[in-house]
Amino acid sequence: MSSLDWRMPRWFHQMGSPKWFYEWGGRLQSWFALAALVLLGWGMIWGLAFAPADYQQGNSFRIMYVHVPAAILSQSIFVSMAVAGAIGIIWKMKVAFMVARSCIAIGATFTAIALLTGAIWGKPTWGTYWVWDARLTSTLVLLFLYAGVMALNQAISERQTAGKATAILALVGTINIPIIKYSVEWWNTLHQSSSFSLTEKPTMPAEMYVPLLLTVLGSYCLFALLVLMRTRTQILQTQGHTKWLTQHPDIEGV
Amino acid sequence: MFFNSLEDLWVMSGHGAFVWSCYGLFVGLLALNVWHSRSQRAKALKQVRAIARRVV
Repeated sequence: MSSLDWRMPRWFHQMGSPKWFYEWGGRLQSWFALAALVLLGWGMIWGLAFAPADYQQGNSFRIMYVHVPAAILSQSIFVSMAVAGAIGIIWKMKVAFMVARSCIAIGATFTAIALLTGAIWGKPTWGTYWVWDARLTSTLVLLFLYAGVMALNQAISERQTAGKATAILALVGTINIPIIKYSVEWWNTLHQSSSFSLTEKPTMPAEMYVPLLLTVLGSYCLFALLVLMRTRTQILQTQGHTKWLTQHPDIEGV
Repeated sequence: MFFNSLEDLWVMSGHGAFVWSCYGLFVGLLALNVWHSRSQRAKALKQVRAIARRVV
């Protein structure tokens, strides 16, 4: 037991119990699924068919509604993975390592989407699919970091050791996140600077901004859903010997 | 709707191929992720059920 234990509220420790996480995760899952479906569906249809065209970019700017959420999530998920890994190390919490492991594939998917949609958007806007610009290159490095974390996680068969090693690599890798964020300010890049923030006043008209807000929030809900699904699967994979699981309705109810 | 017809929406004055392929990638890759998570869960459930039967 760590000496830090007394500082943390009860729910924090309950969350570290596989049984508790499995139950609550199962209950929350359907809500996140519903929210993701509604928010993403609404935002994408609005962005595709109803938002006005951009005065400079015409209709190609509609790519923003999928590119920006993918780019935001690619970074948020990396940070979440590092934080979950750190919690796993500090409080010796198995479930936190599982959450970190769940983040890898989801984060890599969002990063791949951000890179691919960015390349496609680049063609009509910049006249090229790819440039070795600071923003693009640092995002490509992010994809390689995810690949490295995944390789390391799968190379070690003992889950606690794998969790620790992965957490350390993820923590070291977060140095890339501010580099991505400030790349458009530190270097002279082709990529435009950020025009969207969840906390600042929007710089674009509401009929362009609101659909983006919807797809960003929807993507966060989808991320939550996928983390819950994958972590609960890992609980099934590792807790098969426990009584609570073998007697669980999910197992016995067939 | 911003466009005058469904054809306009599809063509997007020449940007259609870029825009629609991006939305396709977004939905496709994320749907693949959901499908993979579901199939992994089904596999894991099967294994735990096999263990539970042996225990009982």
